[in-house]
Amino acid sequence: MAAAPESAGTGKGLIGWIDQRFPLTKLWKEQAAEYYVPKNFNFWYYFGVLSLVVLVNQLVTGIFLTMSYKPSSAEAFASVEYIMRDVEWGWLIRYMHSTGASAFFIVVYLHMFRALLYGSHRKPRELVWIFGCLIFLLLMAEAFMGYVLPWGNMSYWGAQVIVSLFSSLPVIGGTLVEWIRGDYNIADPTLNRFFALHVAALPLALVFLVVAHLMALHEVGSNNPDGIDIKKYKDAEGHPLDGIPFHPYYTVKDTVGVAGFLLLFAGVIFFAPNFFGLFLESPNFEPANPLQTPPDITPVWYFTPFYAMLRAIPSAFGTQVWGVIVMGAAIVVLFFVPWLDRSPVRSIRYKGPIYKVMLAVFSVSFITLAVCGMKPPSGIYPILARICTALYFAFFLLMPWYTKFESVKPEPERVTGHA
Amino acid sequence: MLKASILITMGLLCAGTALAEEGGLLEANTDINSTESLQRGARNFMNYCSGCHSLKYLRYNRLAADLKIPDSELAKNLIFTSAKPFEEITTAMPADSTDWFGKQPPDLTLMARERGVDYIYSYLKSFYVDKTRPFGVNNLYLSGTAMPHVLSSLQGLQKPVYKNEKDPHGSANMVLVGVETMTPGAMKPEEYDQFVRDIANFLDYAAEPIKATRQSMGIFVVLFLLVFFVFARLLKKEYWKDVH
Repeated sequence: MAAAPESAGTGKGLIGWIDQRFPLTKLWKEQAAEYYVPKNFNFWYYFGVLSLVVLVNQLVTGIFLTMSYKPSSAEAFASVEYIMRDVEWGWLIRYMHSTGASAFFIVVYLHMFRALLYGSHRKPRELVWIFGCLIFLLLMAEAFMGYVLPWGNMSYWGAQVIVSLFSSLPVIGGTLVEWIRGDYNIADPTLNRFFALHVAALPLALVFLVVAHLMALHEVGSNNPDGIDIKKYKDAEGHPLDGIPFHPYYTVKDTVGVAGFLLLFAGVIFFAPNFFGLFLESPNFEPANPLQTPPDITPVWYFTPFYAMLRAIPSAFGTQVWGVIVMGAAIVVLFFVPWLDRSPVRSIRYKGPIYKVMLAVFSVSFITLAVCGMKPPSGIYPILARICTALYFAFFLLMPWYTKFESVKPEPERVTGHA
Repeated sequence: MLKASILITMGLLCAGTALAEEGGLLEANTDINSTESLQRGARNFMNYCSGCHSLKYLRYNRLAADLKIPDSELAKNLIFTSAKPFEEITTAMPADSTDWFGKQPPDLTLMARERGVDYIYSYLKSFYVDKTRPFGVNNLYLSGTAMPHVLSSLQGLQKPVYKNEKDPHGSANMVLVGVETMTPGAMKPEEYDQFVRDIANFLDYAAEPIKATRQSMGIFVVLFLLVFFVFARLLKKEYWKDVH
């Protein structure tokens, strides 16, 4: 009989039995009990774990929804009402899923904002950031396809508008759109394939990327609000002086954050599941009707900043592809942020006033774009959207200069305080 | 920093409130928790609306259970078709009814979620005499409506009120600004208001039968989470005592 390998656990009992066959205790120690995290995380550091909580919420409620949902253009709308009325607790599962979609974007936007605040994307965390950007991209695709599934009138026309964006691409546009739809119009085959992508392909890819995001993070360790390296000062056992084990310190702290989040989340689910027509839009309570356009076709709130950019760019040289390019560029530019930021310091705490002003202007522009995207393109909104699109890109494209040349404050040697 | 972050979060959450604006509708002031109002609304709907409008996602027995209507009453006073109690509320309207009205009368199960209770209330109160329309009436809130004023015997008839207004080009225009009673109906105005308020309330129920339960349940969920939050915080404080 071969002896157990040297590295395998030597413990007794069930855990010992498992450890000899699977690195359970080893993983637990490396990833939680002896994974050292900066002790000075603040409010902004909750949104990572909250993204994970919402992801799990979406996966679990989504599985239960698929048990009663019918992915066919003839039955989809009625099957959602069946879930809302006849399936035991179906209404709760559905509201958790629909509210979860919006919550996902809220926490992910704030999570990304945190990275811009404290330079979490800077070396050596570029891959953490890039995996994150890929997650964001997939999340948008996932949300878009999920929104089509209830087959309400806004689902239908939203799909119509977004899919037809591809038709503006030169030469291949028309064929490409037909290939995506699987029909000459948004129809049953489109709904079927969006369902397949929404419940199988994209969640699988999302989970894979989230694992990669966390593996890359745990390889290099978390950044912190001071943006300094905690591994510089270690105690006798080699643990960072400013670090504390993830478990139990951050598991109990994150529990507080999760509880606070669940309070707001439950508040929406139980008292305002439509959230004033933002999370569930009223035209979507009418079944898809290819012959009747809703009064205003607006995407769900989380897409409106990008939708506003799309509409802000006028057509030129006989094609509207420029708006699509700008909208795409607004996402693509995110991938380059780790290299656009040339500041000698990571955290906004030690950056100069220009970065602070630019980040504030960027945030206001992004929110203004979101509002512009919800309003009909008339009056002040088109011009406002153009200005804010320019400011959005200015934040990123001018970053190499304003971060390099502005004067910064000296970084502390050790992290400052903890919450 | 914490305060600023909470403010930003709340700001993002509340941005929705400002966007939820409803233009010019009358306030229905319905109460989803009033079983009496819902029962009256169900009666009104079945008697005056269900001939043409279905509630195809709502079952008779669900309605009876939620509105505390006994089975005997349900069969006697609310089911006017050959439907069994477990069936959905459909209508006897034939498919060619499009020829009668120019449009199939829409299913109303989700109307309250699509247009809102205030819209239903306002719409039912605002028919006015218009000889150019096929049924002799038009509506303030749905210009060119295909629906006849089926409640005219109760409300009476209203005539339109116009006002002369100058458009941006300086020419005078007759603008429809409201309606006023022309001939009174069988009900006093307050009675009629209550009558249509009950219908609006009932349609609010029909659009989401779980609504009242959801809200009362939500209070307990939020209270539980509040307690959980407090204990989670205490636990965190205890653990973090030794972090310096």
